[in-house]
Amino acid sequence: MKILEINNCKKQFGDLEVLKDISLSVEQGQVISIIGPSGSGKSTLLRCATLLETMDGGDLIYLGQYAAKDDGNGTAVYASDQELKQIRMNFGLVFQNFNLFPHYSVLKNIMEAPVLVQKRDKAEVKAEAMELLRKMGLEDKADAYPYQLSGGQQQRVSIARALAMKPNILFFDEPTSALDPELTGEILKVIRDLAAEKMTMVIVTHEMAFARDVSDHIIFMDGGVIVEQGDPQQIINDPKEERTKAFLSRF
Amino acid sequence: MTFATMLEQMSTGMLRTVGIFVLTLIFSMPLGMLVAFARMSKNRIIKNIARIYISVLRGTPLMLQLLVVYFAPFYIWGANIGGYRFAAVIIGFALNYAAYFAEIYRGGIESIPKGQYEAAAVLGYTKSQTFMRIVLPQVAKNIMPAVTNEVITLVKDTSLAFTLAYQEVFTIGKQIAAAQTSFMPFVIAGVFYYIANAVVAFVMEIFEKKMNYYR
Ligand SMILES: Nc1ncnc2c1ncn2[C@@H]1O[C@H](COP(=O)(O)OP(=O)(O)O)[C@@H](O)[C@H]1O
Ligand SMILES: [Mg+2]
Repeated sequence: MKILEINNCKKQFGDLEVLKDISLSVEQGQVISIIGPSGSGKSTLLRCATLLETMDGGDLIYLGQYAAKDDGNGTAVYASDQELKQIRMNFGLVFQNFNLFPHYSVLKNIMEAPVLVQKRDKAEVKAEAMELLRKMGLEDKADAYPYQLSGGQQQRVSIARALAMKPNILFFDEPTSALDPELTGEILKVIRDLAAEKMTMVIVTHEMAFARDVSDHIIFMDGGVIVEQGDPQQIINDPKEERTKAFLSRF
Repeated sequence: MTFATMLEQMSTGMLRTVGIFVLTLIFSMPLGMLVAFARMSKNRIIKNIARIYISVLRGTPLMLQLLVVYFAPFYIWGANIGGYRFAAVIIGFALNYAAYFAEIYRGGIESIPKGQYEAAAVLGYTKSQTFMRIVLPQVAKNIMPAVTNEVITLVKDTSLAFTLAYQEVFTIGKQIAAAQTSFMPFVIAGVFYYIANAVVAFVMEIFEKKMNYYR
């Protein structure tokens, strides 16, 4: 089953063409990593996919439902606010800087959206939130505030917050880039565990060995285009394109 | 005149001063929020009106503004302004303080990182849920010190109501001082303002402590 399909996504900021005709499709249970130099448009692609930015042109489709549809002349026409609200429930996004709500306890950070937005039963959500915290090794931090946690713990809470919404697909935008090197491992392990549970994920990362081991498919982006994509072993160990080789030689 | 009589005569003024203080806050704090939203509006006309409003009210003396608010209805429409004195005081103060609060709110709202809005948007919060639950509580904490400053200034500024001969504590004190050739009313007024501010500072500290459960 196709969870996400992006066709011919175009995005421009002023005169700067950031995404030039990007297409991508994600099957249920698939893990896709996106690699590429800084400024190549990786975050913009995730932001378009998560409706934080509007694409100029192209299709954005979740489970067959169009969030945006190209009108044939290269202009993306978005669905109604009501439909977008519903489509939003398909995905979660984990940010580089966590973006936890600092005035909420860990538990409230995780619980509020399922209760408030999805109108789910509070007791049930709480039980699930505690279970997620246990999975993240944070069961004793439920009542802590974000400022009392390490970066790695905060990022685990933000992953739990996204998972509590039961998304069909989870996006990660450089989830370890804001962390001290000794803390990246704990986040990568959480993502590995999610991959083992067949969570559908799209991960922007600079951790090449991790991307190779965890993904089913790797996309290398540069200058707003997909330069090369394919099997993780092949892309990381034996890239075909010069730009991919040049990029990977830095690691 | 005995000290007790002076105190008694001035106590009505003290109540009126407290009245100006409380009513000004009740009207100016929400009005300031409206002005702040207008100032941050994407509509250029609304934004510029708010910008001019703030600039004029912060750039001219409050005393002058009080006079304008009080006498304008008479000079413009020939209206009878006999019973309008107290209302004019409150309107003048509220309009003036709204401009200051607006800038404090705006600073507070603009200091909230974009990521907070984005996290809320991806989780499906509506715009108003995001503002009420995520943004506003953090703004309230951030602006507390600036609001405290403003509120303390207001306690002292209430004395400017004398401009419209409104009988608050300072106006009465001056009259008694002149009639009795006594310095005592000024001492009483000074002690009153000082105590009022101590109370304000105490209350604001409680608020600040309440919001100190996170950083
Ligand atoms: N909101 C924006 N306004 C203008 N330019 C932007 C904006 N967001 C990103 N860009 C530009 O788009 C390009 C791609 O950015 P980004 O998607 O963040 O790249 P990456 O995540 O691969 O580092 C960069 O040149 C960046 O400066
Ligand atoms: Mg990025």
